[in-house]
Parts: sequence; structure tokens; C-alpha cells
Amino acid sequence: MAIIFQKPKALKDTSMHYCPGCTHGIAHRLVAEAMDELNIEGDTIGIASVGCSYNSYDYFGCDMIQCPHGRAPAVATGVKRSNPDKIVFTYQGDGDLAAIGTAEIIHAAARGENITVIFINNTIYGMTSGQMAPTTLLNQFSTTTPYGRQADLHGFPIKVCEMLATLEGAAYIERVSLHDVKHIRKAKEAVKKAFKVQQQKKGFSLVELLSTCPTNWGLNPVEALNRIRDEMIPNYPLGVFRGESLEV
Amino acid sequence: MGQRLLMKGNEAIAEAAIRAGCFHYFGYPITPQTEIAHYMAKKLPKVGGVFLQAESEIAAVNMVYGAGSTGIRVMTSSSSPGISLKQEGLSYMAGSQVPAVVVNIVRAGPGLGGIQPAQCDYFQACKGGGHGDYRQIVLAPSSVQELYELTVEAFNLADRYRIVVMILGDGILGQMMEVVEFRDKEEIADIEKPWAVTGHGGKRKQNVITSIHLDPAVLEKMNQNLQDKYRLITENECRYELYNSEDAEVFIVAYGTVARIAKSIIEMAKNEGLKVGLIRPITLWPFPQEAFDKVKDRAKAFLTVEMSSGQMIEDVRLAVNGTGPVYFHGRMGGMVPNKFDILAQIKEIYSRHINS
Repeated sequence: MAIIFQKPKALKDTSMHYCPGCTHGIAHRLVAEAMDELNIEGDTIGIASVGCSYNSYDYFGCDMIQCPHGRAPAVATGVKRSNPDKIVFTYQGDGDLAAIGTAEIIHAAARGENITVIFINNTIYGMTSGQMAPTTLLNQFSTTTPYGRQADLHGFPIKVCEMLATLEGAAYIERVSLHDVKHIRKAKEAVKKAFKVQQQKKGFSLVELLSTCPTNWGLNPVEALNRIRDEMIPNYPLGVFRGESLEV
Repeated sequence: MGQRLLMKGNEAIAEAAIRAGCFHYFGYPITPQTEIAHYMAKKLPKVGGVFLQAESEIAAVNMVYGAGSTGIRVMTSSSSPGISLKQEGLSYMAGSQVPAVVVNIVRAGPGLGGIQPAQCDYFQACKGGGHGDYRQIVLAPSSVQELYELTVEAFNLADRYRIVVMILGDGILGQMMEVVEFRDKEEIADIEKPWAVTGHGGKRKQNVITSIHLDPAVLEKMNQNLQDKYRLITENECRYELYNSEDAEVFIVAYGTVARIAKSIIEMAKNEGLKVGLIRPITLWPFPQEAFDKVKDRAKAFLTVEMSSGQMIEDVRLAVNGTGPVYFHGRMGGMVPNKFDILAQIKEIYSRHINS
């Protein structure tokens, strides 16, 4: 019988520790499929960050470095500048990338570092149990905004793609969503394009994946996917923010 | 004889690094070490290397972490407040055993402090400035020639032990000019790095550089392995200079710039009939216990001189271990110890312990 669907080769056989309904598994799969299809796993160095995906090296088969909170773009810069022909990607959450790592992501983009950033935005800190993230929506409940995020107390959510798209060094910036099959297929194309941008040495690429955190949102998996559609996308519009006409 | 050049200390460090095969430098400006960055910015692009001015010291040290993880020789440099910011990366590199060379041209603190020379970062350098049970090799040069030689040595030590090696200088050493005699060719230790993350190429298992182990039994084992390595380094790599030690009765203990002042005091003391020697630790960690063991039978007293409130003196007391009194002379804030003040203190020590 012909095999028509299987685990990507760039993913290991380890069972994942992510919660039911969490979209990290989908995001990992998309990155691994891109590695398989571009045949780059052996030349790739991944940078794991701090958060639920701290041990993504247990799942990805490529060489990897686990790094301090928020510093993945700096670590990736060190790897890429000393190994310009290798493929380097970071995999970061919203607390990691948009709070403690704000300086690192902005300057990596501004320098046009030829790396790929996979940015998981689920509007909350997952691993430390549901605190407010820079991307937490107004009125969203979290363990550190127990009465809801208020603009006058907690400020406004940061729109990472829109912000980074102002930088000339950024070659390709796109926001996609993982809430249904149609959007996952679109996300797959974006992730693959980001790696191709790097392969062709065109500069900094980032794909923001709107993702779930059912556990800390207090929703079941289906409700969590619906929340992306109903609450997140209206605040975080999907689309290409830089590099739309970039041919790869 | 090799090439002889008149160089600033900071430039000698940079030149030494390049000669040692370090073609990647990541840094952030801060006085009084910035000439290292200037030199690297000029030279590295010409030898196919990379100079990158990072957005912060935190980013710079993490770039070093990334580059070092791929097995290449890499360096960063800074001065005290900047080195504080680098502690996060140093702890991660200790935990994941990534070799690198870090230069600290120390200035006076605390806080923003001043830009004049000091030795007030001894605790931070030698006792683990970041979090966790870890060590780094700390080398303390006392001349521009030695800045060159120890920088080359630092890269070999870093690779041999998969450890961070810190060059602990001070503002005087970084800024002063002296003649440096370079060797024609450096001895670069040829060390395989099968652990490096360079892409497995389908030819070997995945390599992972990490410091996180959530299973406490695994993390304890990892710590035990680190401690075994630190013991090995302590056995093999202690370096020190004994000066005028043959018949000395009082020993000055000093490193770096202060050790040079001590040597001139020893000459002054000779003229007054005082037998003064010098113990100059060259490795501050591991601390050279052997130097103290060698002189303990004849040493009547020790005088630790530092540009600090008294930091190395804690290690001196442990090394002397009660076999003699240990005195202290220190200046802070960027002030340099005065040789006449020190000589006067030596005379007091003499009258208390030797001529009494």
C-alpha cells in the first residue's frame, strides 16, 4: 500500500509534551515539513528559546542550541555570522520575542540578519502559567491581569509584524493563523517561503503564527481555535507586511 | 626574534586574539576597553572575519554563545558595568560548556562608577558572577607583553576545557603602551570539537547545546561533571610568579598592575635591608595555592595589595591557612596604591613580626 501521509523526517519520534489543543505541534510540523521539502535539515541549526518550546530540540532532528530568554536572535546572529552557508532559525513565543527579547529581535531585523524567525503568538505566557504577555489583548484575563488587561494600567498589545515591517533590514514578514486547515496550509507556505528567503540570502524573515493556549485561556481545544478566529485575527490582521513582491 | 611593536594594551589583546585564530568578535562600546573593538573593526574584515557591534552587552555575549556553539574561536570584551550585563550569557556558557574568551578591562564601581583602573571585580570574576555553581578560568596579566601571551593562551585553555576564560585587566593595562614582541607563529591547540552544532549533514546524530535539565538527578550529574572538570583545571593550570622569594620574610601578594608597583617597592625595601618578596597570581581562578605552600616555611607575614576594598585577600587567607598573619593595603574608586604608603606598612609589619 502506498504511503500518502507520514511524520516529517525532520521531526524525531519523541512524544510531545504540549497540552491537548495546543498548536505548537502543528507549528513544529510546518517547520519540519519545510526542512524536508527544502532538504535542509542536515544544514540547519535551530535556536530554542525559553517557554513551552524550550526543549524543541527533543522534537526537531536538526542541530540545536537552547538559549537564554529573549536572546534567540542574538544567538542566531552568532551562529549565522560564523556559518553563513548554514540555515539558522529561531522558534520563539510572544513573551520571549516581544517582551524580554524586544531589543534582540528589532536589531536582528534592522541588521537584516539572514535568519528565519518562527514567532508563536498566543497572547499569553504559557509555561509560567498564564501571565500577561506583550500581545495579550485588551480585556483579556490572565493570572497577572485577573480583572482583564486595561490600557491605562497595562498598556496596549504590541503588533510585532507591523512594528518590524518598518525596518528596512526585514526582507519578509508575514502573519498567519493555525486555527483551521485552510489557514494552516497558508501558514505552511509562509514558513517555507521564509526558509527560502534565507536560502537565497535575501535577509531577515519572520512568520508570526497565531496560536492557541487552551490551558491558560481556560478554553477547550475547539473554543481555543475559535478564539483565534473571533478575537485574535480582528486585532492581529493576517497578511504579508513586508516582502510581498519578493520572488523566491 | 619575532616582530616588535609599540602597542596599547587593548590593541595587543585584539592582535593576540587574531593571531590565535579568533576571527569573530561581538562587542558593545564602553571605556576603557573600546580600543579592542576599534582594532577588531579595522582588522577582522581584512582577514575574512566578522566584527559586529551589538545592540547591548547582553546581545553581544549571546552572539558569542551562538558562535562558540559552532566550535569557532570567538571573543567579546567589555568593562565592569558591561561585564555585569554579560553574566547571563557566561552562566549559560558554563552550563552548556561553550568555550569563549571574555576580556574585562576593569574600571572602578559600583554602579556606573568611574573610568579609572580598579580591581573591584575580582569577586565577580572568580566567585561566579552569574547564577549557578560554576567557574571560569581567570587570567591576570601585568604587562602589555603578557596581555598578548595570555590572550593566546586563553583561547587554548578555553578550547581544551570547553570553558569561558576571562582576561582580567584594568584601565592602566588596557590604556598603557609598551613594546610587545610577537612570536612568528602561535601554537594553536588542535582540539576536535565533536560537540559543535554545525548541522549534522545526515552523517551523525543531532548535537544539542543546552544548559536546562529539569530532572534533578540529571542536573546533579551534570554539575558533578562540571566540578570534576574544575578540579582537573585546578590541578593542571595554576600559574603564578614568585619574585625575590629566595630569602624573603614578608611577601606582598598582588596581581596585574599592582604587582608591578610591588616590584618597585621590593627594590626600595632592599635598600633599607628589608627582605620582601612577591607572590603574583597569574591565574586568579584557579588560585595558585602552590605558591603559598612553597614559601610558608620562611614567610613571616603577607601583605595583600589590591585596587579594591579587599577581595583577593579572602583567597590569600585560605591559601595561607593560618600559617602567618595576612595584612591588607587597598585603594578604591580608581585610585592607585602609592609605593611609599605600602613601604611604610611593610616597615610596620617588620617591626611587629620580625624586628620585635
